[in-house]
Amino acid sequence: MAAFDIYPEYEIVRNNERCTNCRVCEKQCANGAHIFLTDKNRMAADDAKCVNCHRCVAMCPVRALKIVKTDHTFRENSYWTGKSIKEINRQAESGGVLLSSMGNPETYPVYFDRILLNASQVTNPSIDPLREPMETRVYLGSKPEKVVRDEKGRIKVDLPPHIMLSIPVMLSAMSYGSISYNAHESLARAAAEAGILYNTGEGGLHENLYNYGSNTIVQVASGRFGVHKKYLSSGAAIEIKMGQGAKPGIGGHLPGTKIVGDISKTRMIPEGSDAISPAPHHDIYSIEDLSQLIYSLKEATGYSKPIIVKIAAVHNVAAIASGIARSGADIIAIDGFRGGTGAAPTRIRDHVGIPIELALASVDNRLCDEGIRNRVSIVAGGGIRSSADVVKAIALGADCVYIGTAALIALGCHLCRSCHTGKCNWGIATQREDLMKRLNPDWGYKRLVNLLNAWKHEIMEMMGGMGINAIESLRGNRLMLRGVGLNEKELEILGIKHAGE
Amino acid sequence: MREGMFRNPSGCAISGIFSKSGKRFSGKRIIDSIAVMHERSNGLGGGFAAYGIYPEYKDHYAFHIFYDDIYAKKECEEYLEDHFDIASLSQIPTRKIPEITDTPLIWRYFAAPLPAKLADSQLDEREYVVRCVFRINTAIKGAYVFSSGKNMGVFKAVGFPEDVGRFYRLEEYEGYCFIAHGRYPTNTPGWWGGAHPFALLDFSVVHNGEISSYDANRRSIEMHGYKCTLQTDTEVIAYIIDYLHRKQWLNLNEICSVIAAPFWSVIETRPREDREELEYLRCVFDSLLINGPFSIIVGFEGGMMALNDRLKLRSMVVGEKDDMVYVASEEAAIRVIQKDLDRVWSPKGGEGVIVTIEKGSA
Amino acid sequence: MNVSARRLGSRALNDEIRRAEEDIIIEDCFGERYIGSGASSITITINGTPGNAMGAYLDGATIIVNGNAQDAIGDTMNDGKIIIHGNAGDALGYAMRGGKIYVKGDAGYRTGIHMKEYKDKRPVIVVGGSTGSFLGEYLAGGIIIVLGMESEAFPVGDFTGTGMHGGLIFIRSSTPPAKLHKQVTVSLADDSDMGFINEYLMEYADTFGLSIDEILRKPFYRLAPNAKNPYKQLYTIY
Repeated sequence: MAAFDIYPEYEIVRNNERCTNCRVCEKQCANGAHIFLTDKNRMAADDAKCVNCHRCVAMCPVRALKIVKTDHTFRENSYWTGKSIKEINRQAESGGVLLSSMGNPETYPVYFDRILLNASQVTNPSIDPLREPMETRVYLGSKPEKVVRDEKGRIKVDLPPHIMLSIPVMLSAMSYGSISYNAHESLARAAAEAGILYNTGEGGLHENLYNYGSNTIVQVASGRFGVHKKYLSSGAAIEIKMGQGAKPGIGGHLPGTKIVGDISKTRMIPEGSDAISPAPHHDIYSIEDLSQLIYSLKEATGYSKPIIVKIAAVHNVAAIASGIARSGADIIAIDGFRGGTGAAPTRIRDHVGIPIELALASVDNRLCDEGIRNRVSIVAGGGIRSSADVVKAIALGADCVYIGTAALIALGCHLCRSCHTGKCNWGIATQREDLMKRLNPDWGYKRLVNLLNAWKHEIMEMMGGMGINAIESLRGNRLMLRGVGLNEKELEILGIKHAGE
Repeated sequence: MREGMFRNPSGCAISGIFSKSGKRFSGKRIIDSIAVMHERSNGLGGGFAAYGIYPEYKDHYAFHIFYDDIYAKKECEEYLEDHFDIASLSQIPTRKIPEITDTPLIWRYFAAPLPAKLADSQLDEREYVVRCVFRINTAIKGAYVFSSGKNMGVFKAVGFPEDVGRFYRLEEYEGYCFIAHGRYPTNTPGWWGGAHPFALLDFSVVHNGEISSYDANRRSIEMHGYKCTLQTDTEVIAYIIDYLHRKQWLNLNEICSVIAAPFWSVIETRPREDREELEYLRCVFDSLLINGPFSIIVGFEGGMMALNDRLKLRSMVVGEKDDMVYVASEEAAIRVIQKDLDRVWSPKGGEGVIVTIEKGSA
Repeated sequence: MNVSARRLGSRALNDEIRRAEEDIIIEDCFGERYIGSGASSITITINGTPGNAMGAYLDGATIIVNGNAQDAIGDTMNDGKIIIHGNAGDALGYAMRGGKIYVKGDAGYRTGIHMKEYKDKRPVIVVGGSTGSFLGEYLAGGIIIVLGMESEAFPVGDFTGTGMHGGLIFIRSSTPPAKLHKQVTVSLADDSDMGFINEYLMEYADTFGLSIDEILRKPFYRLAPNAKNPYKQLYTIY
């Protein structure tokens, strides 16, 4: 079969003038790409093992390393690309489903990059956020339709359960098991410090992290791992995971080899047993069944916590969201097709679902048209890369956003997209003790808090420029957006005008 | 081009006069007041709302309607006759002056809903009237109802406000409250309906400033059956006030706490009961917060309210003399009609000044 | 020379003032704007309510208002003196570089925003009553004094001195400020501070016929910019 061997995608380039044979790269690479040739007394590399995670590059004390894309090439063909050929070869070899991780990397349109923001000139003032009040606080939850008064005529101030965030950003669901304990601890501590919430994902909540409960969303997914009364009661909100942007319609599978120690304990399944999340919730085959799950969770927690229903952005997302809003959910989270994952079939990840910008705009429109937008808050996730994306998402109609990939990058992820191998050199998507230690939660959480603070300042600057000093006045304020290079239909769905109009 | 075809923000001058004893006075005073602020308008719109001017028909809704032509008038009158008992109809008296041109047909109807139609609709009377007004304004081409309250009326046109006042012979009306507006739009309007005040039932609003929350406010209020056809700030502010007052039964102070909500940092310093109520109102009606610079005067049956945005980005002065209360964008506009004042002050941002006819007064 | 503002209107009135070689008294003033804009030598006395932007770019002249003044008084003033025997509106003395503004009553929001000093120029605002929020925002130089003669509470609104990076604000009050932005430091004015502002307090008392003892009866709080750079860590480059 040697004739079909595939030339590696990346080449490790070592500057031998600089290399001191300190062998740090060898120790750092869990994939074994670096080898020390004892007989020749020098380092060598096996490019085929390199995933381009930059760990060796970052750790090399003499900057002797860089990773380059190979210039080895197939005969040029704009249809049968090298990528297609390689994938066919791999499948012909193995008979397997292609597996990938993190979000869809393909060249679909990025609507965020074709939307521009407004700023005030003359007719109303921009506001200087460094010196004047600029409010980014957000409440998520259902709003009552009517103000009710007591017998003395005073307003009854009992709001339905809600959560309060200092900025319109939450850390999206990433389970303990798919990421390491240290990563989870970093997320929890960052959320607490920044005054926002993180999400346990579907792997339960490690006992050490229960004290971050008021900054925690506990997730209930189809596998129900680690779901019990105390777990449900410990979070500030409960999320029912119906779908995920990276793999709509697909369940999850954490192999038994990863179900060890605390993960087994937290998920409440025996060590070595596979953790399978079915594709659907088998108690939900229709919208009324969703309502049943929502209310059973509300009953179990005494109607004290908002219930989030998370869905992947799919074709008829607006109708689905309308159904969810009428089923007792307090918050709807929509996950766009750029959303990340620890592992997903490549074809699903790259070909199923729709962009969050379009999904969000059409959900917000639909809920407004039906007059039920106030019944739920909307969280948009799946590909939020910067504070500008946050501002655009809110102006399109979101109450807040979820960030996953961006948060992991702050913790050290270099987007090599090899989470599914379990050999994350940055200590994030791994359970190997030696690798996990590379992520120190003490500085990991600080990096994440730094990122959130920087975004907060940027959000405030952009709001100030628009003359808006409360984030709620930005929500759904689509006149603050203009499209560039978008066609009529795209503009219509986004509900925005073209630049120049 | 006319209002509704484009977003039309504008800067402006506002003025209001109110008698707490309910004593009626001539509309001449409000013309004199608004004229002082000539430089705050650019001749592209002026108008007035006057309260207590139709005592002889005080139980009827007074519809003031612009018509583009007689066909619109015919169609609209058929609709009105179908839904209302019309006690009186006439052209609104005007004075031909060179400053005001391109005059539409301007008619006035005193009407009461037909009892059978009202019963059939299963609506309360005011909602019935509102729906009829919306229906005319959106479905009958060339007809536009710009005033629909009882014992009050709006008078507006394209022109400087002092000319608009002379055009409508406002000095011949007597009321207990007048509010006025001189417009400085940033887009070019060519239409009388787009001038201010904007009114729905007995609530009328004049406004100075350009709000930055417009589209958030619009999309939210349109969920409750309103249609922002003019795309002006004043229209959306009027609908928000109408919704909070007529459909949520909030009082005016509570409405101020919604549309010019205090900052969270300020709410946190308030005593518990206050704080809980303010938090509640801000959470529940967050998308009705009006953001950006504004000063507004709201006229309503038996009262008047003045309010600045929470940062107080627009100027507004209040003056008092005996039973009279004056509000204007500039103090000079008060002094010119009342030189000596018992008290004059600038309300803080977000602090509504609400005056009503005192009990026991006429 | 006496003129009637009402009769002339803003434009003609200001032409008169520009041509005037002697002091001028303006009667019947109802909101006429830009009075004394850029004026350099004469004394202008106004009876009535002058309009917005009075004394903008004032360059040495004296303006006395017998009444209340409106918004944007003394905008970008360079030199001279404005005396108001009443209240002033919003944005008093915006970006003022030199000269003095003395207000007997209250001043509105955003008083003395971005005042600054240059060479021998040091602008001074003294307000006898209270002021609205955002007093001395972005203050870069000069002195703002608020006396709160009628107030029991701290006589300024919220967000006082946010972003100040120069200059000083003195506030007369028996109670300390409740909360200030971290960009501002506060202390009780000591003898040297009081010596520093004495000249202005004396002139102010003299101008409005007030007792200096009464003015000095309450302590003054001194607000200064926080020397530790509050914007550190805000920006990053890549």
